[in-house]
Amino acid sequence: MNHAVEFQQVSRVFDTVHAVDRVDLTVAEGEFFSMLGPSGSGKTTCLRLIAGFEQASAGCIRIHGRDAAGVPPYERDVNTVFQDYALFPHMSVLDNVAYGLMVRGVARAVRHRQAEHMLAMVKLADFGGRRPAALSGGQRQRVALARALINQPRVLLLDEPLGALDLKLREAMQTELKALQRQLGITFVYVTHDQGEALSMSDRVAVFKQGRIEQLSSPRELYNRPRTAFVADFVGGANVIDASLAQSLIGRAQAFSVRPEQMDFVSEGDGGIQLTGTLVDVQYHGAVSRYQVALADGRQLAVSRPNLLDATQVAPEPGQAVTVGWPAHAMVMLEA
Amino acid sequence: MAIEAPDPLHQHGLPTAGIRRRLASLLYRRQTLLLLLLLTPPLLWFGVVYLGSLLALLMQSFYTFDDFTMAVTPELTLANFRAIADPANPLFGANIDIVLRTLGMAAAVTVACALIAFPIAYYMARYARGWQKGFFYIAVMAPMWASYIVKAYSWTVILAKGGIVYWLGQALGLNALLEAVLSLPMVGGSSLSTSNLGRFMVFTYIWLPFMILPIQAALERVPLSLLQASSDLGARPAQTFRTVMLPLAFPGVVAGSIFTFSLTLGDFIVPQLVGPPGLFIGNYVYTMQGAVGNIPMAAAFTVVPVVLISLYLALARRLGAFDAL
Repeated sequence: MNHAVEFQQVSRVFDTVHAVDRVDLTVAEGEFFSMLGPSGSGKTTCLRLIAGFEQASAGCIRIHGRDAAGVPPYERDVNTVFQDYALFPHMSVLDNVAYGLMVRGVARAVRHRQAEHMLAMVKLADFGGRRPAALSGGQRQRVALARALINQPRVLLLDEPLGALDLKLREAMQTELKALQRQLGITFVYVTHDQGEALSMSDRVAVFKQGRIEQLSSPRELYNRPRTAFVADFVGGANVIDASLAQSLIGRAQAFSVRPEQMDFVSEGDGGIQLTGTLVDVQYHGAVSRYQVALADGRQLAVSRPNLLDATQVAPEPGQAVTVGWPAHAMVMLEA
Repeated sequence: MAIEAPDPLHQHGLPTAGIRRRLASLLYRRQTLLLLLLLTPPLLWFGVVYLGSLLALLMQSFYTFDDFTMAVTPELTLANFRAIADPANPLFGANIDIVLRTLGMAAAVTVACALIAFPIAYYMARYARGWQKGFFYIAVMAPMWASYIVKAYSWTVILAKGGIVYWLGQALGLNALLEAVLSLPMVGGSSLSTSNLGRFMVFTYIWLPFMILPIQAALERVPLSLLQASSDLGARPAQTFRTVMLPLAFPGVVAGSIFTFSLTLGDFIVPQLVGPPGLFIGNYVYTMQGAVGNIPMAAAFTVVPVVLISLYLALARRLGAFDAL
């Protein structure tokens, strides 16, 4: 079976910067595939390589088995939802959505009927006559989605499409995007720097760091079994205990990570693995509070505890000496 | 004993700083006052000097000129406008010739400027980076630093028989072709410097920067992602250009064409120096108000470009030139 997208040792070099550095990946047909990473990690460049806005400096990209080298964007069976939506300001919403059909020479009446249908699918049935400038951010996002889907691409590329929306809308759109992807059965390649977004929607996630893929796994595995310190920190916000500290704690010089919610304040002699330090800061997040603990050598640990309506729960105050403990099974060994 | 409360604004700093600070906070709180202070001088200038003189001009175009005594009397008449607009009027033929000659040249120059300026502006906005950008800006604007009269005169030398163009044509063996072009009616003449073609070349050269800069500014404002989106949706480069680039750059073309069109329409120096005999609107106005002393007729003729430009703007607006602004 052909993969929807396949990268073999793909690099993209700008002057001396390796934006993408020997990346290998395959995206299966019908998969929701996310590229996650901080800005400048190469995830957007990878997306642009698939779209055809960039050409690989080295390596081979295949889209549905076909070598994409030298194929311009307008001859690729992929469509993009842009970060800034990139709606044409001089056209109505309907003409924006119908654009992909218009440039293929589809008759006006036919393409407008199709566009109406697409607008109805993204719940903007009555907005066809408006200009993009007269829409809200969330509405523009839907128009961009409808416009990208009208050509019935086999791969849809989404470049941080929810980045400009407020939290509530973002969460609603995540659910809708996932439902839409299931309903249409097409491959989604989704670029984001928001780990929550990547975890909640994706079948698989590739975590990027400095142009390379740090880890490529399912959301569950990414969160539970991060392979590197970077992934542990970026995806789970986990505490990374380096090799030298691990040596003194567990007698083994291998770095490991423990997630903040796995740690708790304990009293000495409670068993498990323990470290003592000073509480320096408490952040109240509603459902949980995050406690920042400084160890004697200056290293910091984050502890996350649920805020229960429980009078017996005693929270330590900043400045207080605390003992942090966690069970042995909460430790995830990391590669060097 | 009354104790004055300390003014918080006067607690720190010198008294002068206090006055400046109070003035600053007064203007900050009263934005209307600030606006009034900023806008009154230019509005006075614009209103009184500019619009006032325009109205005075309009007024005079209705005055009566006596052909025998050469005297202007403030008796209102429509005779001057009839001479331009009424086909039954004996002066109509000659006058409408002047208008059409000027209008034709202005239209031709505008079209040529747009065609030449677009690729240059496109390159400046889309491809030129770093030092190239600076080079293009200076190259486009440098000719404007030289005197207009000097440029017009130097063109008479360039285009004259025995001038650079003829010399170059001879060197390349193209003078026969040049002669053939010059023998055409309308564009031709006895030499380049006395032909409409030569006049057209000079106008196009002189007004070109006024077309390049607005188009460049308009193209610069088109986000790259729009062009990528178009390409992404399947549009070939030519389609992207026609359906996205051109409509979004069109306001810039219109802005530039307003310059080239109106500047050509009002010019009276180039028609005097280059090209065949036959008056332009500007020359006619100049002659009427100078040698002849028929100020009312001159005033009536200056209304013609105003009307033409107004019609042009209305047309551009109808074409949607300002939709993307």
